[in-house]
Amino acid sequence: MGRGAATTFAEDLSRSDCIVIQGSNMAENHPVAFRWVIEARKRGATVISVDPRFTRTSAMANIYAPIRPGSDIAFLGGLINYVIENDLYFRDYVVNYTNAATIINEDFEDTEDLDGVFSGLLEFEGEPINGFEYTYDKETWQYEGFPVNRGGRQADADVEQNDDESDAIGGEYFEQAPGGPPYDDLVEYVRPDGLPELDESLEDERCVFQIIRRHFSRYTPEMVERITGCPRDKFLEVAEALTDNSNPSRTSAFCYAVAWTQHTKGVQMIGCAALLQLLLGNIGRPGGGIVALRGHATIQGSTDVPTLYHSIHGYMDHPSALEPHETLENYLVNEIQPTGYWANMPKFLVSYMKSMYGEHATEENGWGWDWHPKITGDFSHMASMVRMARGEIEGFFCMGQNPATSLNGKFERAAMRNLKWLVVKDIFETESAAFWYAAPEVQNGEISPEDIDTEVFFIPSAAVGEMGGSFTNTQRWVQWHEKSADPPGDCRSDEWFTHQLALRLKALYEDSDNPHDEGFNNLLWDFDYDEGEYPEDTRIEGEPDTEKILKEINGYWTDDPDTHLTGFAELEDDGSTTCASWIYCGVFPNPDENKTRNREPDPEGEIGSHQGWAFSWPDNRRILYNRASADPDGNPWSEEKRWVWWDEDAGEWTGYDVPDFDVTKPPDAEADPEGIGLDAHSGSDPFIMMADGKGWLYTPNGMVDGPIPTHYESAEAPIRNPLYSQDKNPITKYWRTDGNELIQHGDRDYPFVVTTYRLTEHHLSGVMTRWLPWLAELQPEMFVEMSEELANTLGIRNTGWCRVSTPRGSIRVKALVTRRLQPLIIDGNIVHCVGMPFHWGYMGVVTGEAANDLTALVGDPNVAIHEAKAFMCNIEPDD
Amino acid sequence: MAEPMGFFTDVSVCIGCKACEVACKQWNQLPADNGGVVELTGNSYDNTGTLDGTTWRHVRFVEDFDDRSQGRWLMFSDVCKHCVHAGCLEVCPTGAIFRTEFDTVVIQSDICNGCRACIPACPFDVIDINPVNNTAMKCTLCYDRLQAGMVPACAQACPTESIKFGPVRELQEEADVRLMELQRAGVSDASLYGRDEEMLGGLNAFFLIVGPPEWYGLPKNPQLPSSRSLNGEGILGALTAAVTVVLGAISFRKLGPMRRRAEAEQNGTLDDQPSRDGVAS
Repeated sequence: MGRGAATTFAEDLSRSDCIVIQGSNMAENHPVAFRWVIEARKRGATVISVDPRFTRTSAMANIYAPIRPGSDIAFLGGLINYVIENDLYFRDYVVNYTNAATIINEDFEDTEDLDGVFSGLLEFEGEPINGFEYTYDKETWQYEGFPVNRGGRQADADVEQNDDESDAIGGEYFEQAPGGPPYDDLVEYVRPDGLPELDESLEDERCVFQIIRRHFSRYTPEMVERITGCPRDKFLEVAEALTDNSNPSRTSAFCYAVAWTQHTKGVQMIGCAALLQLLLGNIGRPGGGIVALRGHATIQGSTDVPTLYHSIHGYMDHPSALEPHETLENYLVNEIQPTGYWANMPKFLVSYMKSMYGEHATEENGWGWDWHPKITGDFSHMASMVRMARGEIEGFFCMGQNPATSLNGKFERAAMRNLKWLVVKDIFETESAAFWYAAPEVQNGEISPEDIDTEVFFIPSAAVGEMGGSFTNTQRWVQWHEKSADPPGDCRSDEWFTHQLALRLKALYEDSDNPHDEGFNNLLWDFDYDEGEYPEDTRIEGEPDTEKILKEINGYWTDDPDTHLTGFAELEDDGSTTCASWIYCGVFPNPDENKTRNREPDPEGEIGSHQGWAFSWPDNRRILYNRASADPDGNPWSEEKRWVWWDEDAGEWTGYDVPDFDVTKPPDAEADPEGIGLDAHSGSDPFIMMADGKGWLYTPNGMVDGPIPTHYESAEAPIRNPLYSQDKNPITKYWRTDGNELIQHGDRDYPFVVTTYRLTEHHLSGVMTRWLPWLAELQPEMFVEMSEELANTLGIRNTGWCRVSTPRGSIRVKALVTRRLQPLIIDGNIVHCVGMPFHWGYMGVVTGEAANDLTALVGDPNVAIHEAKAFMCNIEPDD
Repeated sequence: MAEPMGFFTDVSVCIGCKACEVACKQWNQLPADNGGVVELTGNSYDNTGTLDGTTWRHVRFVEDFDDRSQGRWLMFSDVCKHCVHAGCLEVCPTGAIFRTEFDTVVIQSDICNGCRACIPACPFDVIDINPVNNTAMKCTLCYDRLQAGMVPACAQACPTESIKFGPVRELQEEADVRLMELQRAGVSDASLYGRDEEMLGGLNAFFLIVGPPEWYGLPKNPQLPSSRSLNGEGILGALTAAVTVVLGAISFRKLGPMRRRAEAEQNGTLDDQPSRDGVAS
């Protein structure tokens, strides 16, 4: 839907009438946010838990629906089919606010036509490091007569061969593009003529609604049961609860977390939930939405101001050497979406370039474009580890992660042995810091520490309470937190380390006249405290002023740095504004007002969005696309679900939230067929980030693996795909290399489905918990959870030892036998699913073998996340 | 005396996160068992086992999955009940145990001589010797925090308000409403445990439970040592006290709950308590 975040905030869940928690174990992993689910349930909402295991979330649910790991799209697709076939979709919402009526290119062919693939499938001809075998040419997926361009595509998937615009249009198109600033002419130049063609009766065979209907027509309750193992009755119970609670006066929400992302089709799972929620009219309305539960503190922040390799600040694609990005203008021509709010991208981009290179970024040098790094392919975690295994990477800064136990551990530890140097900065000596002497393969004599040339530096880190700065939480709220104490000894904060490293590197390169170093030398790095401002209550020297970092992110007038920008509407494309991440603009509107420090909640019992508590990007809007909470005429859909509405007298949008819309644009405003930006949208087009202002049921661009979610089996699965002869996602990322072998579908040597997960008592690889006796004693040992039936079949007793194996590795763990897990009937056969927490490793107060010694480097084609939530294994008793 | 204060702990909204256990240990500086290195019990997600001298909140997990289609996983954060008629207070020979101005029951470690009399006197098996200082210890209902006007650590940490702290009278009203809600929602086996005076004059820390009390290790009809004496157990009761005073010098924490229970049964202090094996597993 055009924004990489939860559409609402956790407290808003208390207004839901039905909450579906799928792909998340919210009670265990987000217990604090879960209080609002409890609140909703107390008020009579129906809480639904869809999960392979009966978890602590299921314990709090009204309905528990078991499913096989990796079968979520079949389940959601079944719900979509149920909603459409029973006419239970929210018609006024669907016709006006989604692209249901939009006509699609006549050459488009669906998975129903091509037995599991979409039109445009090609063999991938790019570098193997990108992990692809196939790719799609997306030309046939487009809207009829109105190609849409932008939307989070992954650079390495779109290598030149299938970049239709550049191939079809050629260099001439780019050469003739007007320059800037201002870039208005350029935006106009790339704008397609007119508006998308619509059939609001939704009857045209080529309209999105009919395509979706046909696409999911075989996802019947019977098929859902066959693929997912969820009993038909249970599935129908979910379908009824969800549809009973989705209408003008009721709303339903979905909550998901990494159990939807860690798949070879994870983005499509989320997209499938979005499709369903749009059909039900649950987006942009109070108590509705899709809540992306983030896995740890400020992971939302780390994608907004990203550590992602394929994105620069504010969700703009990273400049790429594989795309026609030779100049800033070319980048804009290729990436800009001239209709919708993204038409302002020149302002975002130029202001970003100013934040990178300051005074060195000028109109003459294209704002320093040549200095900016361009990616040359996949630099995600998985691809980087493959490069490391090949000896192509010399050094590795490992901060806030623990690769030795986080994914195909044996492979990654072997990769790290090829490094010349490794820096691990953490609060304890982690498995990654100790891999050279404590890893299983070293302990068992397979590898000798003498044979490892990697020089390992361990930098002791400050803990959370010993650092100050901002956190962005799961609901997009940026909140300041103060340091509470100095860290002990030589421990230093992450910002100290990064700042000092940068200062030292800047000094090192200062005198270089190598053109290669010019960009680095021109990089703006001005985060030292002003004289006399350094805090007195610390013995640590050399910390950066974190508010200066926030100021750079927020933005200021280039000529008058003391005047901060108050919102992204002020951004300019001529260099007069400097702003690192446009979506955060307004977080620090003047030097005395850091909004992340705001702590004024709404009075208890009063409906509101806590405008006075912290800052929520964008522009303090708490529910995204909240224009959709009103009907096309601008009135609330119902009194119960009033949120943002049109005030005719005042001539503006108003409500309990900051309207996520042009505040003075009346509901009856017409879309301008020649208009740029929001002018191309009507007053009833709520989805301002999208090219057509609509919520996309069908994604003509933005997904590399298809415009509609489709059930594929996981890379490893117990059965062949019952729906198509295409078994798995044709656009999977997989690296065929030693130590990363996959199990073939239906292989009887590895008959059990396994999913990995977290427990409340521990966090991720355990660095923040397994070293802490109070937490260690609560879950002291690694285990594999299995049903009584499977334990009996294998002769395994509760707490008895067993061996779990995949072609990647084998671990010895205890069994936790429970009737909370149950065998499922999948495609007519009994399938056993087991689960393993991934918290343990060989260091810490409590140790155990690592679940991630079993996982593979195979994952999602859109975002390069590995598939740890569904794979196959074998289990034997090993007492 | 100030108004009686207590806990209302509601099983129906407990997510078993154990934040209460950790918050309690942190505030009261209670050590982890064996530095945190303990064995997996295999008893659902409960690796704590029991309340004792160093564990003053304990989350018990009950798996009720005989019929999976109606499966329930119940979590119960157990704690000292702060009985209005408290057995421990009744038998304490040194006066170490006293009733506070909040109507809670607190053991003063600096007075306790570790005689163990209170251990079998508690019908709920709450108290044990803390091996660090060899005195009997249990939940104080955060007496120090209450004196400073603060909420007890466990209630403060509870993310779902399953543990509510407040004036007992208000908690009782809240509990009545909650019970009615649940019954209306069809949870027919929900009940309040210890809310009323009939049980030891009322428990200032009382519970909403789902299913029978024995699932949670709670006696159906807890008795005071004195009432047991009235039933002709006077001599045995006196003997028990004598034995426990002698044993007080020896820490027998390592004997474990099974042995302790056997001993208690022998001493007649567990006569009304159903077997814990009644817990579904």
